[in-house]
Amino acid sequence: MKQLSTFTISALVAGLFLSGAMSSCKPKKMDAAISGDAAQKVYVAPGKKDELYLFTSGGFSGQMGVYGLPSGRMLKQVPVFSQDAESGYGFSEETKPMLMTSHGYTPWDDSHHPQLSRTNGQDDGRWIFVNANNTPRIARTNLSTFHTDEIIELPNCGGNHASPFLTQNTEYVVGASRFSIPYDKDGEAPIADYKDKFKGTISYIKVDSATGRMKLNFQLLVPGVDYDLSRAGKAISHGWNFFTCYNSEKAHTLLEVNASQRDKDFILAVNWKKAEEYLAQGKAQKWPTNYAHNVFDESTQTASTEMIKEVNVMDVKDLPGICYFIPCPKSPHGCDVDPTGEYIAASGKLAAVIPVYSFTKIQKAIADKAFDGDYDGIPVIKYEAALDGEVEKPGLGPLHTEFDDKGNAYTSFFVSSEIVKWDVKTKQILDRVPTYYSIGHLCVPMGDNIKPYGKYVIALNKITKDRYLPTGPELTQSAQLYDISGAKMQLLLDFPTIGEPHYAQACPADLVLKHQIKFFKLADNNHKYATKTEKDAKVVRDGKDVHVYMTAIRSHFTPDNIEGVKVGDNVYFHVTNLEQDWDVPHGFAVKGANNAEILVLPGQTKTLKWVPDRVGVSPMYCTDFCSALHQEMQGYVRVSPAGSSTALKFSTGE
Amino acid sequence: MKKLKTYTRVIVFLCALAMIPANFVSVWQIILEAPQYPEGLKMEIWSHKIAGDVNNINGLNHYIGMAQIKEENFPEFKVMPYMIWIMVFLAALTALVGRRFLLWTTASYLLFCGAWGIYDFWRWEYEYGHNLNPHAAIRIPGMAYQPPLFGWKQLLNFLAGSFPDTGGYLIIVPAVVIVGLLVIEQFRKK
Repeated sequence: MKQLSTFTISALVAGLFLSGAMSSCKPKKMDAAISGDAAQKVYVAPGKKDELYLFTSGGFSGQMGVYGLPSGRMLKQVPVFSQDAESGYGFSEETKPMLMTSHGYTPWDDSHHPQLSRTNGQDDGRWIFVNANNTPRIARTNLSTFHTDEIIELPNCGGNHASPFLTQNTEYVVGASRFSIPYDKDGEAPIADYKDKFKGTISYIKVDSATGRMKLNFQLLVPGVDYDLSRAGKAISHGWNFFTCYNSEKAHTLLEVNASQRDKDFILAVNWKKAEEYLAQGKAQKWPTNYAHNVFDESTQTASTEMIKEVNVMDVKDLPGICYFIPCPKSPHGCDVDPTGEYIAASGKLAAVIPVYSFTKIQKAIADKAFDGDYDGIPVIKYEAALDGEVEKPGLGPLHTEFDDKGNAYTSFFVSSEIVKWDVKTKQILDRVPTYYSIGHLCVPMGDNIKPYGKYVIALNKITKDRYLPTGPELTQSAQLYDISGAKMQLLLDFPTIGEPHYAQACPADLVLKHQIKFFKLADNNHKYATKTEKDAKVVRDGKDVHVYMTAIRSHFTPDNIEGVKVGDNVYFHVTNLEQDWDVPHGFAVKGANNAEILVLPGQTKTLKWVPDRVGVSPMYCTDFCSALHQEMQGYVRVSPAGSSTALKFSTGE
Repeated sequence: MKKLKTYTRVIVFLCALAMIPANFVSVWQIILEAPQYPEGLKMEIWSHKIAGDVNNINGLNHYIGMAQIKEENFPEFKVMPYMIWIMVFLAALTALVGRRFLLWTTASYLLFCGAWGIYDFWRWEYEYGHNLNPHAAIRIPGMAYQPPLFGWKQLLNFLAGSFPDTGGYLIIVPAVVIVGLLVIEQFRKK
């Protein structure tokens, strides 16, 4: 029996050894522990304000998120490319023109890359631009009101991905086509003819430095690959844009395989000042086209759409000196210019190194004609001639790089879900931290400026498994805040975001605060249907159209009783908010309105169209809690049968 | 003819009983963990089928050009249940008849099955890890994706683990016990 027990024990030990091997030999993961002072670093006490604004793209929501940092608190969702039932954006008569395109009313989109306006290479806190990828558009949101003031559609563009990416004084915002398309005749060609017929375009939209008003100055016709991301040069590289592109294989089907075959794709370097010279020499062709330019006029509080019929196009292969290709390892995504303007870091999604190019070397290579043949008539600069160095073994799936104020770069790695910090000059890796999970872009406050603010890096993640309470098959997307003020990056905070935070920009709050508007001055309200005093309130019938000139002030509408409206009338409620104080908007809603309510800001006029569909009395009321008597802010509209003889009548306080 | 000790026969019989459920649970497991898969992915190998997150694993493997893992590509599944039943039968017969040559037979058979299993599994992993589609999106020169035979191994962003599952322990532990008993029986004093 002794032998037996010895044996049984050894058998058990063998069994335990096997199961023990599962845990004891398991490699340790990167340390993700939160150290003690993280909470303190993100805590913004009641009554205190955040240090920075963070603007995130709303992805497929088509909107833009605004967050305070370091708290990660969401402050606002700004309506840009999608209708917003909260404010009536895209529903009110004044804002409907904002979403007009050559395809008609397009109340949604896929927005990717917000970018702040800048002066001398520094964020100036005036406007923020964001692209719409699907129906190619660029919007300008005014940061004095956080309202979208302008949207310009891009003609001749398959999908506006590499956009808006501003030059250092906001001279231009660009829109480069992700999807190349054919341009001959009607723009229709067999898809199998992709290699010969399909082309890309880059649109250069001039921005008025005083008003921000956009104008499509010219388009460049470029080889038919997929243009992905971009940065404008700055300081010494000012005057140039750099675009990454994938699918240099020119595949038109199953791109996941067929556009991943070449070892190197390209960066397209564009000398836009040279393009301007050609434009001034009259080298552009006028192409007939049709695209929408929508502008919101703050004076009339009304947007209008202009359809533009012509565009300047320059084919870069006929005009030497505008474009050069630079080889870049496999399927590049990010293409990021460091604060000095000298170094350009690119990220091949499927590559094992981060190449860093030198602007000076690129210029020298062009002067020496250090070319490796051409691609579709565009000279290809020799890889080694443009390269400053490679960051070796950085991680898996490098996507995007931003910079701090100390000469360091931060690159996001989608596949290995981490941020890697490296030295721009020596290309040495300094630190790495995990992200949760599958980071796309990242953002260092002012990380693409000439003088970055640094201090934090924000990870913009695609998935959030196990980080939050689950919300169905679809999990929230998230951002993460890391402290980069020390030698080691430190995770401080996770917070959910709307849509997908493709990219974000952050700037010190002071830059935005100094332009803030608290209310619209009633005296400056030139809206066609504004009602500036209660005694001007009225209801006017014009055939089947009924215009209600209505005022709102705490805590009543004038008029609040309306009769003589008939089934099938087009009733326009033009509501003017008479308040002249910060944060006293009034809402307006009427029963049976099947579009939206509207939110009318102090001093503003907004119009809600309502077509009553049945006989009865429809209540109307204020939807924004405006005062202690908000609940009493209500009224009635009597709806009579079509063709009845009920007289038009309106009143308040009778 | 050597007669086995009663305790040996009892234990061998218990081993036979223990091996029966190995037919109805997963025998081996391959675990994949990555940052974006904090919950991990698990592939279970039963005696007659593959289970677990095989579809997800196939979805991921296509980026690196690995062949799709499909049940019909494994003739082993037609044989393995019989192999286990034979183990049960031999062990039970040994216990009932109580002869040492039967214990020899059973132990030899178990060792043979173990050796064959390890070789077959290795061959299978080698094939999947090396035979990659040359047109795959992600190609890293010199990189093979052969999972570990046993233990943990880092394959790009995935940490791959290979371990016995419940059914595996239900065979391995009795096998070790039976081989051990054979050693004891062989060297025990008359």
